[in-house]
Amino acid sequence: MLVADPRTAAAWRRFRQEFTDAGPERRREMLRERANQSRTTDLHMIGRAGLGHVGGDMSVLDILTTLFFSVLRVDPEKPEWADRDRFVLSKGHTAGALYTTLAAAGFFADAELETFAGPLSALNGHPNRVKVPGVETNTGPLGHGLPVSVGMAVAAKLSGSSRHVYVVLGDGELQEGSNWEAAMTAGHRRLDNLTAIVDRNRLQQGARTEETNTLDPLDDKFRAFGWDVLEVDGHDHLSLYDAFTAPRGDRPTCVIANTVKGRGVSFMEDRVEWHHKVPSTEQIVTATAELAR
Amino acid sequence: MSAPVREVFDSRVAFAEELSALAREDERIVAVCNDSVGSSNLVQFQKEFPDRLINVGIAEQDMVGVGAGLALSGYIPFVCGASPFLTGRALEQIKADVAYSQSPVVLCGMSPGMAYGELGPTHHSIEDLSWLRAIAGLDVVVPADPAETRSAVRWAAHAARPVFLRVGRFKVPAVTGDRPFTFGAATTLRDGSDVTVVAAGTMVSRALEAAEEAAEQGVSVRVLNMSTIAPLDEDAIRRAMTETRGIVTAEEATTTGGLGAAVAAVVVTERAPVPMRLLGIHREFAPTGTTAFLLEHFGLTAGDIRLAAIGLARTDA
Repeated sequence: MLVADPRTAAAWRRFRQEFTDAGPERRREMLRERANQSRTTDLHMIGRAGLGHVGGDMSVLDILTTLFFSVLRVDPEKPEWADRDRFVLSKGHTAGALYTTLAAAGFFADAELETFAGPLSALNGHPNRVKVPGVETNTGPLGHGLPVSVGMAVAAKLSGSSRHVYVVLGDGELQEGSNWEAAMTAGHRRLDNLTAIVDRNRLQQGARTEETNTLDPLDDKFRAFGWDVLEVDGHDHLSLYDAFTAPRGDRPTCVIANTVKGRGVSFMEDRVEWHHKVPSTEQIVTATAELAR
Repeated sequence: MSAPVREVFDSRVAFAEELSALAREDERIVAVCNDSVGSSNLVQFQKEFPDRLINVGIAEQDMVGVGAGLALSGYIPFVCGASPFLTGRALEQIKADVAYSQSPVVLCGMSPGMAYGELGPTHHSIEDLSWLRAIAGLDVVVPADPAETRSAVRWAAHAARPVFLRVGRFKVPAVTGDRPFTFGAATTLRDGSDVTVVAAGTMVSRALEAAEEAAEQGVSVRVLNMSTIAPLDEDAIRRAMTETRGIVTAEEATTTGGLGAAVAAVVVTERAPVPMRLLGIHREFAPTGTTAFLLEHFGLTAGDIRLAAIGLARTDA
């Protein structure tokens, strides 16, 4: 198991405090900057490892950054704290985005990112809770995160804890039937302590979601299963923040975050081939320059 | 040669009683099921602990995932469903959410083997031992009778790691007496010097009967109750290899990857392997029939075990 990096964790704590004290424009700027730093780190990590899911990483990073840097009640130095909020990345193939976010928050040292996907690294191509603090359950095969999150939400209810469970789902992933079993259970049990965030970038590995197996109207589907649904721009940090922290009704919440796969890197945006293509050194230089703007 | 009439028991009753008893002692104990409150014998549990019985409906993948989420939040979930559906439908959840994630879930495969007789192969769970034994970090436990089931339930609650418990429905006689379930250890229910029968679950009482009958024919049969299939008690197998001349395995499961295959893997890698007979079901779906009929059809009676044991004793003599 990796261990926390106290200096980074302290910086993360200062960030959280500054965010709390800041006005809307500053808040937006803080999260935008932080997310783009993670994008750059992730691109370099993938380039070094020669593998990764870059398109989905770029798509989900604003969601992850908003959660870890402004919403989740967690402590990178006490990853096992019983009453922490739970975060589950059901689309486990974007582990790179999660690792860069966790490292930026101090759950483990930045230097570990250099081992990503290398022999015996704790940072596998898909996240492993046994090795990586901040990872709550092992994901990778799709359609697993929501049922486990439902179990975590039921557990919080049983023990009378106010902790909240957040789970990020890929949109293509919603073609897996197990999600709908779990969506039904969450609706039936009125799990108001559960928020499912759909990274709705409309692309899956091989094609557009709507050309593969239609998901729209996604909002109606979740509503029909007993959920409240919010739809936001998945790259607008303040909209994400508002959706994640809005007062809850007596049912689970689905946040449909409309995103762009490859977001932030012009030549990757909305291009299906960047699902797991590895950028060249030149492309990483170009992308880094774009993200620094 | 006719066996005396003995009282027989459905192990699910002992399972349910012990689970309720544990729940009274420890509020972390919860049950998760797939509309199987009745068939998993959870009616009393539900009456006593309505909030701690989470029935997700007919949704096995969800059921196992929910169990993992509860376990990762400090609860001790007993996830109960008919074994064919629990282990077949939710196999990837068992692998990823439970075993690989090291979530301490107790998976309870109810009515395994061919307990559902005439309902047919869709409802039989003869593959479970093969596919679960292939999963790293998952303990596979097959109690032989109600007393051992009770004892195994209590052990599993405190094991703090992923466990699969096969809970029998087909009625069997009491065979384990006052020997408690010991994780990872075979128990010698009868000693013998010619041949060893390694049996699990419903086959244990039949192996004991076979040994008794074989003794009348001058063949001394050792009977091991192998209630932990994974990890296997390899020392007990090695002792059987040096102290007896052959090994018969008997299980209400496929021979392609269950108990027989596990024992054979130990036997063939030793310097002096002994001859074996693997009794079970080999790459065949069952025809229509009651459980008792099917056990006979597949050569899983006391008589079949006796013939296999005597055959080994004489071949090698």
